[in-house]
Amino acid sequence: MTHDEIIKALFDETLVGNAPAVLELTNKGIAEGMSPSTILFDALIPSLEEVGARFERGDFFVPEMLISGKAMSGALNVLRPLLAETGAETVGTFLMGTVKGDVHDIGKNLVNIMLEGAGFNVIDIGVQVAPEKFVAAIIEHKPDIVGMSAFLTTTMPMFKVNIHEITKAGLRDQVIIMVGGAPVTQEYADVVGADGFAADASTAVRIAKELIAKKRASVSA
Amino acid sequence: MHTVLTSPGKTVTIGHDQPFCIIGERINPTGRKKFQEQLRAGDLSAIEKDVVAQVAGGADVLDVNMGVPLTDEPALLSKAITMVQSLTDLPICIDSSVIEALQAGLETYQGKALVNSVTGEDDRMELVLPLIKKHGAAIIALPNDETGIPATAAERLVITEKIVRAVEKHGIPLEDLVIDPLAMTVGADPEAVKHTLEAIYLIREKFGLNMTLGASNISFGLPHRHALNAAFLPAAMAMGLTSAVMDSRTPAIVESVRAADLLLGLDPWGTNWIMRYRAMEAAKAAAEGN
Repeated sequence: MTHDEIIKALFDETLVGNAPAVLELTNKGIAEGMSPSTILFDALIPSLEEVGARFERGDFFVPEMLISGKAMSGALNVLRPLLAETGAETVGTFLMGTVKGDVHDIGKNLVNIMLEGAGFNVIDIGVQVAPEKFVAAIIEHKPDIVGMSAFLTTTMPMFKVNIHEITKAGLRDQVIIMVGGAPVTQEYADVVGADGFAADASTAVRIAKELIAKKRASVSA
Repeated sequence: MHTVLTSPGKTVTIGHDQPFCIIGERINPTGRKKFQEQLRAGDLSAIEKDVVAQVAGGADVLDVNMGVPLTDEPALLSKAITMVQSLTDLPICIDSSVIEALQAGLETYQGKALVNSVTGEDDRMELVLPLIKKHGAAIIALPNDETGIPATAAERLVITEKIVRAVEKHGIPLEDLVIDPLAMTVGADPEAVKHTLEAIYLIREKFGLNMTLGASNISFGLPHRHALNAAFLPAAMAMGLTSAVMDSRTPAIVESVRAADLLLGLDPWGTNWIMRYRAMEAAKAAAEGN
């Protein structure tokens, strides 16, 4: 297979969520001297972008998105250490968790998949994440963005509690905070003092990229 | 074991020897943007259409949820319950995770309501169960706790046992406990529905309790959801599910439930089935006559 054929096959197999084939092609590409960032940016990320676009149009469904994400994750496990060696810059680190009192994770997982698919380094700290756990994870992982998910009107107030705790710990200026979940609205995100909100996984990726670009621009200015 | 719900004009009995109890899910603003905006503006008029459609579709009980962020949910829920009770005599399932809203709803409701819901978390049960006892209501309880939603049926059985003990401790008869064995989407986990069916079977075997669940959850994220929901319910009924918070406006789904009633011996001699058939034929004839 030529390198172009491998890229094409990786794109196609990721699109249909064929994890074994994606892993095999990734290993094959590396063995044949392809750079890990070529595999990531020319095949995997465009494929996941296509998955997201199809999902947004209603042409793809939740299971298809999940298996594409799983296929990509398998490849990323191979690529991540290699990318770190070459010092390739990631798009950003995204710390994600469902708030305390809430166990819903389907939406959060979909957003994680799309973020990884867009090249983010995603750290998922799970469900029922207490405020102090968010704070500890921010200190440990130094994320660019903290994402909080809530599925219930009763657990949404945890956004505010978490943001308060993050502020109290002196970390508010270091992170961008995004919120989301079925009952969450832009208005609510504004009220609790979040920096960003998205109603679906694809939009979340777009907003995350915009917020990071804005922050980096303001820091360098 | 019979869970009896009442309104001033009607009594509904949920039980393993009864036709399946259809709880209409529609009066719920989650995922309905326009309805949310209306409710936030104090406009409850959309509820009327939802009541009419669900009653016509064959609902036995109506779920009422007013979970809109940044509103006075207790006041809104209370107002909605009064409105629904003025439109129909079907009993109501008062649906909120806000304790003050449940309280307001129970104070407003005329009759014996079903409350949706409490989890197996100790602090939640200590808040909700006294309220249920005080109002003599029935309660839906979910076998998940502080650690999350248990994947396996066996774990759900363990938390169900804990709920049963707590309900007994609070002096609430077990007839008034309805377990929600947790329906998750098969789109995110191919084994999800198998776990739910197994949990239903085990809870029925061990405790004989009535059960309900959010039936439409199983098809979330998938196309052609009606067919999946219609296939799921008879399977769950065969395992021992006695009720569901479900789509009662789609004839194919309601028909599959009523067909399963007959097949499982819950509609002896097909009395209800035949009556429905005659009513449908009569409606058809009337339509053709016009």
